[in-house]
Amino acid sequence: MAIYKGDYPADKQMPTLPAEIIIPALGEAFKKLNPLSLWRNPVMLIVEAGALLITLLIIKNLLTGQVDTIGFNLQIAIWLWITVWFANLAEAVAEGRGKAQAAELRKTRSSVIAKKMTGSIVTEIAASALRKGDLVKVEANDIIPGDGEVVEGIASVDESAITGESAPVIRESGGDHSSVTGGTRVLSDWIIVRITADPGETFLDRMIHLVEAAKRQKTPNEIALTILLLGLSIIFLIVVVSLESFAVYSDAQVSIPVLVALLVCLVPTTIGGLLSAIGIAGMDRLFKRNVLAMSGRAVEAAGDVDVLLLDKTGTITLGNRMATEFVPAAGVEAERLADAAQLSSLADETPEGRSIVVLAKTQYGLRERDILELKARFVPFSAHTRMSGVTLEGREIWKGAVDAIETYLQSQGRMLSPEIKNIANGMAKNGATPLVVVENLEALGVINLKDVVKGGIKERFAQLRRMGIKTIMITGDNPLTAAAIAAEAGVDDFLAEATPEAKLKLIREHQAQGHLVAMTGDGTNDAPALAQADVGVAMNSGTQAAKEASNMVDLDSNPTKLIEVVETGKQLLMTRGSLTTFSIANDVAKYFAIIPAIFVETYPQLGILNVMGLATPQSAVLSAVIFNALIIIALIPLALRGVAYRPLGAEAILKRNLFIYGLGGLLIPFMGIKIIDLLLVIVGIA
Amino acid sequence: MKTIDIMQILFFLVVLSTLAIPLGRYMARVYMGEKGFLDRLMLPFEKLIYRICGVNETEEMGWRQYAGALLIFNLAGFLLLFILQLIQGVLPFNPQKMAAVKWDLALNTAISFMTNTNWQAYGGESTMSYFTQMTGMTVQNFVSAATGMAVAVALIRGLTRRNSKTLGNFWVDLTRSVTRILLPISFVLALVLVSQGVIQNLHPYQTVQTLEGKPQVLAMGPVASQEAIKELGTNGGGFMNANSAHPFENPTPLTNFLEMLAILVIPAALPFTFGHMSGDKRQGRAIFLAMLILFMAASGITYYNEAAGNPQLAIRGVTGPTAMEGKEVRFGIVNSALWSTVTTASSCGAVNSMHDSFTPLGGMIPLWLMMLGENVFGGVGSGLYGMLAFVIITIFIVGLMVGRTPEYLGKKIEAREMKMVTLAILIPAASILLGSATAAATPSGTASILNPGPHGLSEILYAFSSCTGNNGSAFAGLNANTLFYNLMLSAALLAGRFGVILPMLAVAGSMGAKSSIPAGAGTISTHNSMFVGLLIVTVIIVGALTFFPALALGPLLEQMIMLGG
Repeated sequence: MAIYKGDYPADKQMPTLPAEIIIPALGEAFKKLNPLSLWRNPVMLIVEAGALLITLLIIKNLLTGQVDTIGFNLQIAIWLWITVWFANLAEAVAEGRGKAQAAELRKTRSSVIAKKMTGSIVTEIAASALRKGDLVKVEANDIIPGDGEVVEGIASVDESAITGESAPVIRESGGDHSSVTGGTRVLSDWIIVRITADPGETFLDRMIHLVEAAKRQKTPNEIALTILLLGLSIIFLIVVVSLESFAVYSDAQVSIPVLVALLVCLVPTTIGGLLSAIGIAGMDRLFKRNVLAMSGRAVEAAGDVDVLLLDKTGTITLGNRMATEFVPAAGVEAERLADAAQLSSLADETPEGRSIVVLAKTQYGLRERDILELKARFVPFSAHTRMSGVTLEGREIWKGAVDAIETYLQSQGRMLSPEIKNIANGMAKNGATPLVVVENLEALGVINLKDVVKGGIKERFAQLRRMGIKTIMITGDNPLTAAAIAAEAGVDDFLAEATPEAKLKLIREHQAQGHLVAMTGDGTNDAPALAQADVGVAMNSGTQAAKEASNMVDLDSNPTKLIEVVETGKQLLMTRGSLTTFSIANDVAKYFAIIPAIFVETYPQLGILNVMGLATPQSAVLSAVIFNALIIIALIPLALRGVAYRPLGAEAILKRNLFIYGLGGLLIPFMGIKIIDLLLVIVGIA
Repeated sequence: MKTIDIMQILFFLVVLSTLAIPLGRYMARVYMGEKGFLDRLMLPFEKLIYRICGVNETEEMGWRQYAGALLIFNLAGFLLLFILQLIQGVLPFNPQKMAAVKWDLALNTAISFMTNTNWQAYGGESTMSYFTQMTGMTVQNFVSAATGMAVAVALIRGLTRRNSKTLGNFWVDLTRSVTRILLPISFVLALVLVSQGVIQNLHPYQTVQTLEGKPQVLAMGPVASQEAIKELGTNGGGFMNANSAHPFENPTPLTNFLEMLAILVIPAALPFTFGHMSGDKRQGRAIFLAMLILFMAASGITYYNEAAGNPQLAIRGVTGPTAMEGKEVRFGIVNSALWSTVTTASSCGAVNSMHDSFTPLGGMIPLWLMMLGENVFGGVGSGLYGMLAFVIITIFIVGLMVGRTPEYLGKKIEAREMKMVTLAILIPAASILLGSATAAATPSGTASILNPGPHGLSEILYAFSSCTGNNGSAFAGLNANTLFYNLMLSAALLAGRFGVILPMLAVAGSMGAKSSIPAGAGTISTHNSMFVGLLIVTVIIVGALTFFPALALGPLLEQMIMLGG
């Protein structure tokens, strides 16, 4: 899969937890202890309420002079506060990574001067004073003052501030490369830009907002999970409240701190504490891959996508067709064909044209010639004739598609030989594009122009198939060509001769069957389909309309990245599910630690439930509480990084995660609590 | 532990499974409105009922309308039975001159029979007139069972229909449940029971001369007709106080076997009905298997503990079955242990032995089966919709682990479904724990306890679990006919019934409105062995986490005290 490594710049490398993020997060986690900011997280709110209750109890006991249990209660209280603080820390660290990135972005925004045009007069004003519809001139070395469309001119632009990609890109008026982003720098030439966003609403502003998680809202799945966790918490609250009554019935003394400790151990604090961090980290991981998601909802939807619409060009094939072969007609020398083909393509600046020149040189040693020296006159491709050609010293060479050449010959009273047609049809069947070359009304032969499928892409599609994702290739080619490339690339289906309407229809059809569809696009005519798709990824190089219609923007403008987007979405859900399973499985061990501890003094028979052989009732309760707190901090890196994703079928993934997080979640706390208990005994705390 | 005993349990399960499959298919046809062999007999009858009640049988109902009709119908049934008990003294068919029932007991009894529970804080032969038994108890036995089946069918429709706002017609589902399923099978079963010696008459109680030469009063009544639906509708309310331990209710080993079969056959068939109606038989089979495996484990543990008896006796040289207190000699250990799991796995509650006298662990299993929410086969209808709540929870958690929004039968499980399913699990758990906690902590609660200590706690837990689970069996040992228990347990009955029915109908409504996504390699299978295993584990873990502390202080502690001597 090596080829993909180069497809996008390496992740904006940042160690998972650098000190400059950790240190401010430590303080931030304290601020988050405020119940007003904690109310969104019911599980941790319960823990905090418990911690507060015990703290108040300690104060009351101090005031009334009942000091015999204070040491134990104090330890419980401290560990409960630490539990909440750890959970806050997880969120603060996740947010901190976003903030660090936002700060980088902000640097590029400060104090830009815009050259506003009123008629032909240019006045210099602050970028923040620009409004939608204003025209500004941007010259070499200027920073583009706001998002907009190029209305005049062409310039090379350094977009590294946004994309991290150092190679400059060309932006010009008209077409699909007219959109520019505020904060990027013009390197050469000049452009006139019509501003399309008011200050505060620019792409850069939105990016800063998004990476700061300032506008973060809970996603649908996160809400559903929160409901389940809240339901479990209420059940455990009832369990603990009723236990108090059963204990009274059974003449057993259970102190409030112990009951609170049991409650905290039972409510799903692990997932409750990490849930928010998982969501933030998911968006952050996409951002590190240079994809900007407009909402967490979109990232989540990406995990559910089961149909991918992929543009053929640039995603499945290496961008442009390449000449791979010259097939001469009977009785024509191959070199003569190559010579004619090269001559006709010398002035042809299209990639196809260049590839013909190069092939003639590499296969037949024909040097490139200067078109001016030859006094040749180049006739560019026109929609009318659908041919291009060259005339020089009595030679008239044309090249074009079979039917175009046939029409041309017929208009000159000649016929295209069946032999040439056969060759051309054979090539078309194999997914190539045949170009017939004619010199002075004599068909010399056919150039084989072929789409070159990217290496490794077939395996990638096979992986997607195993994951249950269907790939559909979108191409403007005719069905014959499309079928051949589709077969070579291993996609499941294709849409040939695709028009924007056909794309939209295809998406709607799949959605009507219940599928979730993802696609990439860059042109204005892609906008309706991008808006219709469940996950629409616009290329940053694309038009403003395309970006507005999508819910993600790929800053690298690399269509293949759609696959990574889907993987990130899946990883997000998997991390949530795995940690939920882990959290619930943990409870079994905690019961075996705390229940015998509570009742063993009244009913020594229940000591048999102390399967871990914990030293004393106090150390058992403390060990469970400490384990419960430490497991949060231990799992922060996993929450930020996400559960390892492998492109396998659902069953295989489930087996793997069940083994690690289900069985592991059942067994690890037994060991962890036992070890903590041993340490407590050694230290002599309990 | 005898091989012959285990063979008996296995034989029972084989017969049960063999009957459940065709019955499930038949019920699917009934609920899908297909033609059946009872059409000629029942269609005119059903049409008449619809005409009299003004029901438009072709009308489809949304979930709110369906739930509304259900509530109105249940309220009417409750009022009827409540008033009937209060005025039975002046009504006919009362040869024993039974007086009006006290209001709190009448209230508790009316709610109990309306909710398909048949918790009885009274002795039938000493409290109720024949008229009340026939027009009150027996009628509710039919319609409360039909109510549960209707809810299950509405949920099946919700899960299997696509982009549909409606779940069927409650009145039609209710009527057809009675006329096509409950009534025909009960009729046949009642005749077989009569042939075995179950009584069916309206005579006054008979006084007979016993072998000891002393006179004894024998209670009479129309028992067989009520006995059949008592089992088949998982109602469990005995005509006599001794329930199916009474020779006039359950005279022979054959009736014992048939009655056990009747209890489980509809709950065991409903998963297959679900399979047929969803067009994927494997879905139903998976749920059936999960129920079967849980049942086998439960009956195995109970049988093992009862067969082992109290080890203290063995030490003192007693051989043979020692745990015979509270068991009928004609049924023995295995048929008592099996019946106790049958009746508590389903929400029946009929008993042929006293669970109170079981060994602590042997008695804990029936208790725990009720705590799980009566979904190991469960009540008629309620078992399936209860288990489907667990299916949805299971899928939600494990579905996330494969990186997709979890989906069941192609439908996404989202916030609304999770809210409702969580309620359906939370409400019964709260009812059991908070009810028991209140009883254990108040003098009016503890005053009714016969045995102090852990066994008393088991008695309280059992009462609230039995009522919340709409089971109705009693642990004995607890005097439940007090104002405190009549009212507290009435609340538990209602919470356990409608606290599950309403959320699950809401799930049916929201799932029915969704479109369905075709299954692919990225979706988890809900019909393979792994899923069956996961479902079982989820049921056990949720049940264990919720009730472990209570069980530890009740039966587990008692067991350890017993083992310790």
